[in-house]
Amino acid sequence: MSKYTPVIGLEIHVELKTKSKMFCQCDSDYFGKKPNTNTCPVCIGMPGALPVPNRTAVEWAIKIGQALNCVINKHSKFDRKHYFYPDLPKAYQISQYDEPLAEHGTLEIQNPKTETAKKIGITRVHLEEDTGKLTHTGKDTLVDFNRSSVPLVEIVTEPDFDNAEDVKIFLEELHTIIRYLDVSDANMEEGSMRMEPNISLRVQSTKSKAQIINVKQSFELPNYKVEVKNINSFNFAKKAIDFELIRQAKLLDKGETPPQETRGYDDKKGITFSQRSKEEAQDYRYFPEPDIPPMVFTNEEIENIRKTLPELPHQKVARYIKDYDLKYADAFILTRIMKTAQYFDSVISDKTLQNIDVPEKSKNVQNAVANAIVNKRIPTSISQEEFVKEFIALHKPIEVDSEKLTQVIDSVIAQYANQVEQYKGGKVGLIGFFIGQVMKEMRGQADPQEVHKILLAKLQ
Amino acid sequence: MDLFGKTITDLQSLIKDKKVSPPEVWEYFAQRSKTLNQDINAYVTLLDKPNNTNLGELSGIPIAVKDNYCTEGVRTTASSKVLDDFVPPYESTVTSKLKFAGYELLGKTNMDAWAHGASTETSDYGLTKNPWNLDRYPGGSSGGSAAAVAAYMAPGAIGSDTGGSIRHPSAWCGIVGLKPTYGRVSRYGVIAMGSSFDCPGPMTQSVEDNAMLLQIMAGKDPYDATSSPVAVPDYRSEMKKKRKLKIGIAREYLKGVEPDIQTAFENMVEVIKKMGHEVVDVSLMSPEYSISVYTIAQRAEVSSNLGRYDGIRYANNRDFFGQEAKRRIMLGTYTLSHGYYDAFYKKAQKVRTLIKNNFKKTFEDANLIIGPNTPVTALKVGEFEKYPFFGELMDQLNEPASAAGIPAMSIPIGLDSRNLPIGMQIMGNYFDEASIFNLAYQIEQETKFFDVIKKGREKYK
Repeated sequence: MSKYTPVIGLEIHVELKTKSKMFCQCDSDYFGKKPNTNTCPVCIGMPGALPVPNRTAVEWAIKIGQALNCVINKHSKFDRKHYFYPDLPKAYQISQYDEPLAEHGTLEIQNPKTETAKKIGITRVHLEEDTGKLTHTGKDTLVDFNRSSVPLVEIVTEPDFDNAEDVKIFLEELHTIIRYLDVSDANMEEGSMRMEPNISLRVQSTKSKAQIINVKQSFELPNYKVEVKNINSFNFAKKAIDFELIRQAKLLDKGETPPQETRGYDDKKGITFSQRSKEEAQDYRYFPEPDIPPMVFTNEEIENIRKTLPELPHQKVARYIKDYDLKYADAFILTRIMKTAQYFDSVISDKTLQNIDVPEKSKNVQNAVANAIVNKRIPTSISQEEFVKEFIALHKPIEVDSEKLTQVIDSVIAQYANQVEQYKGGKVGLIGFFIGQVMKEMRGQADPQEVHKILLAKLQ
Repeated sequence: MDLFGKTITDLQSLIKDKKVSPPEVWEYFAQRSKTLNQDINAYVTLLDKPNNTNLGELSGIPIAVKDNYCTEGVRTTASSKVLDDFVPPYESTVTSKLKFAGYELLGKTNMDAWAHGASTETSDYGLTKNPWNLDRYPGGSSGGSAAAVAAYMAPGAIGSDTGGSIRHPSAWCGIVGLKPTYGRVSRYGVIAMGSSFDCPGPMTQSVEDNAMLLQIMAGKDPYDATSSPVAVPDYRSEMKKKRKLKIGIAREYLKGVEPDIQTAFENMVEVIKKMGHEVVDVSLMSPEYSISVYTIAQRAEVSSNLGRYDGIRYANNRDFFGQEAKRRIMLGTYTLSHGYYDAFYKKAQKVRTLIKNNFKKTFEDANLIIGPNTPVTALKVGEFEKYPFFGELMDQLNEPASAAGIPAMSIPIGLDSRNLPIGMQIMGNYFDEASIFNLAYQIEQETKFFDVIKKGREKYK
């Protein structure tokens, strides 16, 4: 592989969970509904029906753009993208062409294992409508328009990835952000988040850096691009890309240029397969959607939307590390689900925890709380008050009634004479059993280390 | 009671004063429509009986509606066989508003298929005849609506105007027709032709009827994002104000116009002057720019708008499209194609902005602009063949207002030597339909429109 550098870019579609569809008042939650019952003249493309854009969807798309550090365009518009397919009722999709809501962003991703960071460019974030759904049954094809016109945000990245692992990390981070924004279920299996990687290989320049005169030349994109569709999990994304990289490398080794095409991914076989050639490039005949006036946003409107952004996962990670000296891995795990991070935030703000003595290795109370959550020592399903109580109990220095402890140990030894025999006969592993019995009798009010020590002495 | 020639306003008071009952009115117009339709072919569909239970100012008033308005439960064809069996499951905003006001849908009027044309000749349901002379075109595309009003088959009608489709047949049939400002009336449920041009509007025998219908039709619609929130004034009281207006004449619009039309127009200018209005010369961009802009943008929009008629969800498939629709789809598809977009559509939009600015600037110096409406009066059936781009040629004086999106009305100003009506166009500033109504009403009071409307229907008494 070293002869080639992978060049990978992503196109991600996220279905917004707004109450109504993008351009009509039908429910945007179409999942599991009887076919063609969640439709109206607008989303079914009746003669004379007109689209009216969903304000919330526009705001949410801007929010996604802001979370991805994009520039929000003050002037934006919808365009018609024409193509014929039975699931597209108007024969055009209302999308955005040259004035997307947001563009020129970046998202920094960090490999949790290597803890190395990488910046991925976000080309654009735009809003469009979803299509209906086709079901092929034998000779027939059935169309269901329940999904038609559900708001869809398209996120396009720069071809900044050079390996599949980073793609997976990026997708997981993006998925987490979308969930934090609470704008989509972003469920890959249900299709509310879909991704299509564009994959190609660049032949690495044999020239040394000093020899490259034209810097731009060394970054030139390959002269072909393979798009892979039907990927419905992050793992499949990684597998599909890895498969493609090998497939393309083999072709390049033979001196062939992989054809420009769209390929599907078969998750059972773990392979990609050719779907349609991109040679016959579609001409979408984009033009500004005359049914929807262009959108103009003021700075104030844009900033008001920005104010609704929550603290994002990578921001939380950075804060936890900076303010609480958490380990990256702990901070990462804590922030994958916003509720967990919020739970953590509210527990550590509990004043009664300030005077708790935590073990030295925990450094501080925040680390100890993080540890308790990450290692599931205390469940986060209980109320925060209960959590605090359990946490305090866990860290209270145990006052041992040594007289009672001696009695209990003696009685355990007496009660399990057989086991004592076996232990003395060499089954030293039974020590754990004795400790357990003692701790049970003591109802946990003893230091296991101490119990161990006494038992060892008595069983000599 | 003889209802012949009564305006909607007349009928409203007759009904109110119980001089005539709504069923009698219905029967009268249903009967006339049925009989006269055999010769004139103004309707694609006629309704059997009244079916509106709402009570309002239009209660008992039968109105003819162009067949490109979706009417729930009533077949809507846009005069194309593609929609031969299409019965909409929903109602257009305009007809909803009329329904709410109590109107009775009398029938769906014939038009050029998909509103593509200025003659009704492209209709898949036969040509509508001009009531003035059955050998002549009624104009179009709202030819059925114009003919129905001219022959008094209906006291009033609703049309739609993309590049002259209300004004042109109104001029050729000798009635009052208004294309409102783009966005003044909701397009929801009107089968789209050129989406950035389409304007629903009223076609009537009197200015007051026109103002009254627009009052009902106008306003912001939550179902049409391009409808305007600009407040709707009380048109009838605005209409009756004694105003002295400053009226601009653009000589550019007189070029190539038939002498009879020129004479009638100049005569009208003298009348206007005598009425005490100030007449000034204004200079507008030549209409030919508007024709180019209109042709390119409208064809592009048509090609996009007709894509949905694939026969999968409703109606017939693409095989049922006629020649003109196919021609427009081809041309529009071409202008939007990769590599041509900038040269055609984008450039057209730039020129369109110039046209808008040109009008805005001109309206700083004049309340209204007047000019002839059509270069010729109603042509003989068959003459269409002589003119490629017939519609554009006939609408060359209409299209500037369409490209700009300003309101414009056609009123009758006389007859030519062949006894055919001549129309004059009154163009107003954005959302200033009130001034148009004001001048038109004053002219109507002064001249009775030279009895053109009366003479037109007289033959069908």
